[in-house]
Amino acid sequence: MMEMFLDVLFILLKVMAIIVPLMLGVAYLTYAERKLIGYMQVRVGPNRVGPKGWLQPIADALKLLMKEIVIPTNANKFLFIIAPMLSIGPSLAAWAVVPFSDGLVLSNIDASLLYILAMTSLGVYGVIVAGWASNSKYAFLGAMRSAAQIVAYEIAMGFALVGVLMAASSINLHEIVTQQSGGIWHWYWMPLFPLFLVYFISGVAETNRAPFDVAEGESEIVAGFHVEYSGMTFAVFFLAEYANIILIAVLTALMFMGGWLSPFQGIPVIGDTFLGESSIVWFLAKSAFFAFVFLWFRATFPRYRYDQIMRLGWKVFIPITIIWILVLAVVIAAKVSYVTLGVWTIGIVAAYMLYNKLTTKAGG
Amino acid sequence: MVKTLRNAFHSLFLIELVKGLKLTGRYMFAKKITIQYPEQKTPMSPRFRGLHALRRYPNGEERCIACKLCEAVCPALAITIDSEEREDGSRRTTRYDIDLFKCIFCGFCEEACPVDSIVETRHFEYHFEERGAQIMTKEKLLAVGDKFESQIAEDRAADAAYR
Repeated sequence: MMEMFLDVLFILLKVMAIIVPLMLGVAYLTYAERKLIGYMQVRVGPNRVGPKGWLQPIADALKLLMKEIVIPTNANKFLFIIAPMLSIGPSLAAWAVVPFSDGLVLSNIDASLLYILAMTSLGVYGVIVAGWASNSKYAFLGAMRSAAQIVAYEIAMGFALVGVLMAASSINLHEIVTQQSGGIWHWYWMPLFPLFLVYFISGVAETNRAPFDVAEGESEIVAGFHVEYSGMTFAVFFLAEYANIILIAVLTALMFMGGWLSPFQGIPVIGDTFLGESSIVWFLAKSAFFAFVFLWFRATFPRYRYDQIMRLGWKVFIPITIIWILVLAVVIAAKVSYVTLGVWTIGIVAAYMLYNKLTTKAGG
Repeated sequence: MVKTLRNAFHSLFLIELVKGLKLTGRYMFAKKITIQYPEQKTPMSPRFRGLHALRRYPNGEERCIACKLCEAVCPALAITIDSEEREDGSRRTTRYDIDLFKCIFCGFCEEACPVDSIVETRHFEYHFEERGAQIMTKEKLLAVGDKFESQIAEDRAADAAYR
């Protein structure tokens, strides 16, 4: 009895060890977002609350906690309240199988990639239930858009992951990372370059982020599925969205950028120093970079039109992933090494870029 | 045909998107143009049209002669003037009200004034705390004029060549 209690306590402690830094990460991702977008727009961003504005996310959280939760008269109360929980539940649950470093994982299950795919897909229920339960036209429109979009991109994302698991011949995240060991040219972003791009862009679409944020397009449908939400219920949606962003960034780092592996692994001189060692620092650095790219996208691209999103998902991404899976199958069957495939892929992209640079007129 | 293929490749390799990212990436390191308002302020022209004031001559006599040109020219009908004869026989205002909620800060009153009495100062950071406080009475306007006289005189002098 005592032993069981201790076990449960220990598991809870481990869960807290993941959730607390994650929530802090979410809070400061919002700060980073406002600051970064500000910088890209030649502004300085929030800088009033605390030194350099560091306390801004805490002030925001306090404000949302204090606010009243308004439930619309004709809303379905039960579903209205449970929708944010449906949204944040899966996005936190997915973290259970994310390996942060070699052996540093809450539960190293065999089918962790499958589990993550399942969890990220479940998130759409929160959005749809919220849109329906609000009994508001804008919320409902946002939910419908979001559902269609997530379904479309789920497929491309799934196919991109099929490429990864073909290359690693495993669906365990730890195994996928260890398969990539041996320096930056062994990571899967090189041989799976198209899948890498497709995965990341689908990830942006999956999390309903700019430029794919039609589900909450301010200029069209006010705030989309969460128009009717206020106070803490809104904050929970917000947390779920940002937790999902970090999750996608982390997964991209794990599956295409070698997770906690050092890029200098196997290079004669630097590889022998501390830089060549695999550690959680590399993992965090890579994840932070991809989270940064999310914010960079938001500062750069205007929102896609709805039909353009559907066209990109169904008519561009899915064919690309299928073609690359075929290429990969041929490569695996012919026993060509991934490094060769990677060098060819990146070589072709670089050659095209160079060709394009040379043939277009200056300033064009 | 070649052009279509070229365009297809162009979008497939995300050329334009990368260009956009490069642009925003470059601006991230650009010098920021934000003015930290209460601590820093933008430069202000001597012609700035802020809160109104009624001026006095150096001997303390009020300039306004109740000609009512400002009242007549005011497009928002914000100025109300009553006047009568003073003991020394000169015409003076007994009431000079500007309703700041009506005023559009066009500066016509200042332009119309033959004696440079009604002016608009650089002062624009003010607030009202109760209903009716937006009506600037003669006393209030004269007080503003007394308070900012040196600045007002300086601004008129700076702009004198163009008037």
